Amino acid sequence: MSTENTYNYRVVRQFAIMTVVWGIVGMLVGVIIAAQMAWPQLNFDIAWLTFGRLRPLHTNAVIFAFGGCALFASSYYVVQRTCHVRLFSDKLAGFTFWGWQSVIVLAALTLPLGITTSKEYAELEWPIDLLITAVWVVYAVVFFGTLVKRKINHIYVANWFFAGFILTIAVLHVVNSAALPVSFTKSYSAFAGVQDAMVQWWYGHNAVGFFLTAGFLGIMYYFIPKQAERPVYSYRLSVVHFWAIVFTYIWAGPHHLHYTALPDWAQSLGMVFSLILLAPSWGGMINGIMTLSGAWEKLRTDPILKFLIVSVSFYGMSTFEGPMMAIKTVNALSHYTDWTIGHVHSGALGWVAFVSIGAMYYLIPRLFDRELYSLKLAEIHFWISTIGIVLYITSMWISGIMQGLMWRAVNADGTLTYSFVESVQAMHPYYIIRFLGGALFLTGMLIMAYNLYRTVVGAKPHEAVIPAVAH
Amino acid sequence: MAADFVSDFWHWFIVIPTVIGILALFPLVILNRGKKTADKPETMGHVWDEDLQEYNNPLPKWWLNMFYITIVFGLGYLVLYPGLGKFEGIWGWSSTGEYDSEVNAANQKFGPLFKKYAAIDIETLAKNPEAIKTGERLFANYCSTCHGADARGALGFPNLRDQDWLYGNEPAQIKATILNGRNGMMPGWQAALGDDGVKNVTEFIFSLSRKEVDLDAAQAGREHYNKMCIACHGPDAKGNKQLGGANLADNVWLHGGSRKAVMRTVAEGRQGRMPPHKDFLGEDKVHILTAYVYSLSAGKTQ
Repeated sequence: MSTENTYNYRVVRQFAIMTVVWGIVGMLVGVIIAAQMAWPQLNFDIAWLTFGRLRPLHTNAVIFAFGGCALFASSYYVVQRTCHVRLFSDKLAGFTFWGWQSVIVLAALTLPLGITTSKEYAELEWPIDLLITAVWVVYAVVFFGTLVKRKINHIYVANWFFAGFILTIAVLHVVNSAALPVSFTKSYSAFAGVQDAMVQWWYGHNAVGFFLTAGFLGIMYYFIPKQAERPVYSYRLSVVHFWAIVFTYIWAGPHHLHYTALPDWAQSLGMVFSLILLAPSWGGMINGIMTLSGAWEKLRTDPILKFLIVSVSFYGMSTFEGPMMAIKTVNALSHYTDWTIGHVHSGALGWVAFVSIGAMYYLIPRLFDRELYSLKLAEIHFWISTIGIVLYITSMWISGIMQGLMWRAVNADGTLTYSFVESVQAMHPYYIIRFLGGALFLTGMLIMAYNLYRTVVGAKPHEAVIPAVAH
Repeated sequence: MAADFVSDFWHWFIVIPTVIGILALFPLVILNRGKKTADKPETMGHVWDEDLQEYNNPLPKWWLNMFYITIVFGLGYLVLYPGLGKFEGIWGWSSTGEYDSEVNAANQKFGPLFKKYAAIDIETLAKNPEAIKTGERLFANYCSTCHGADARGALGFPNLRDQDWLYGNEPAQIKATILNGRNGMMPGWQAALGDDGVKNVTEFIFSLSRKEVDLDAAQAGREHYNKMCIACHGPDAKGNKQLGGANLADNVWLHGGSRKAVMRTVAEGRQGRMPPHKDFLGEDKVHILTAYVYSLSAGKTQ
């Protein structure tokens, strides 16, 4: 076939564009529910707009729609370019695009209608779960099929992380979503009680570990050395931290269930492995940042590299904060407070979104064979988003720690100093600051969309010829 | 605890992979740590996608040390605390044990104060500003969710500052309410009365507290009332504190005082549930809470 000497950029383009679109949609919903936390009347007494329904829509949209499309786009791009072959099958790759978009649209319809399994980050009902499974299996076929026909013997490190992410997510999704359907829109989990909670957080934490960490480390391992034009800092570090991370992460889920009905021994194991996870996580940060050594001056002028390097810094920060919050004594203060929300968003905005944004700024112009329209706008995007993240995280740290301290404050007579509603009242200013932080981040996304639109408008899709293998 | 493990198999099923897994991290890092070379780092010799290469720098020393520390800490933790299957840890810690000891410590520290108050009768205690302050804080945490921070109640949840009391506001009555809870149950009368009957009864009830009513309907409603409602709400419709029958002759409406709301109450009935607090708070705390709630309405006319 004549297409065999070119890369399949079509499916990469499709996913890359939808990354930007779903990013804006998901973050907009996030800003709306952040506003509702500060001003609850903003749900207008309409059931579909209530926090309980929009919150899962926000998490699903940013994780699986925005993050998912970023992972599909970059993994398809990277696996082709580092194997020097076209994707295993254009048809199957096309199926994953349309299948995944269908999942997202179905989520956007069912969640506001209140159709939910009520399992966090796995709210979609069983027919959609089946569609996800089908798409994921085909994704695995396309990805591994491409790896198999590669022209270079050694598999590039980014592909190890993509492979680990694809395999593990398949297992997590199938086990956690096991359910008994009672109607087309309602099912009951196959697990009950504390077992259900444990399976849920085994899934939930590894959705963070493999979807939002391993997958995005794959992105980091390609786009940072490419944009910095420097070799990866240490091959042996990538080997060690890859195996340590995939082994250790899978045990860490119980730290979400400290001081609950989960047996003590399971809580301890979750805590121990979460602590051991610190060094393996930081291996990725070291490899990302140190790749830049010898080229630090590029950080001054290159906004794309700024996004990528700052993302790795936030990654390091949240993977330090995470093990710390997994320590039971710390968790006793932080659990159920806004500190958790702040922690999640330092990872979600600082790491996942920033590395995706950096990758899209790199990727989208190349997919259309154009230069980025404006580096200046990208620079503005970078600073607006960074300020947004800082406002978001610091306000949630303050309000979270304040919540935790208010809940445990005791008077001289042994009564609690504050009633719950007083702690809610104390949150109000921080909820406004958090809303502003989120709004700034969303503004940055809109600037990015405009910049990328101006970059590609009128351009013809680029057909890239596969270069010869070096050496 | 050991009860989680139905057989030794599951105990070892946890212990063996955990210990081997953690220990295996040592050879993983030690065998791969690499040596520092004085020269510039060499690349691995592979090139992907035209210019992608990898150096092979050794693992940073500080990073290795951090890794070792967390592994050793983890193993130490699993020796001291429960974690390895049914092995309970040499410190014998458990979360239920920690909870019990904290509750005991709190009881020892604060118990005498509550004991002291428990010996004082409620009318006297209600005049003690210190006790009332404690009672107010207990109320804020345990009662305000339903009765409101100001104790003025909400739709379906009684106002505790007025003089209208379903089960009475004598100290003993309030204390019984808090200790044992109350289950208010008014049955629905739609089936027995029909649409007109419900309307007529509502007009009769309104005639007791308002002027503008349909007198004929109220007259018809009175007959229904005397048959069906009188047992709980009494011949004068002033309620019955033994049963929790509401006073219908005043202008306090727990479930709403509009015609529509009262008709719905008559047609469908109402359920009210105040949960018991005896086991949760204990008698001594309930005693102070009673004094606080009593102080809200006692001796006040409005």
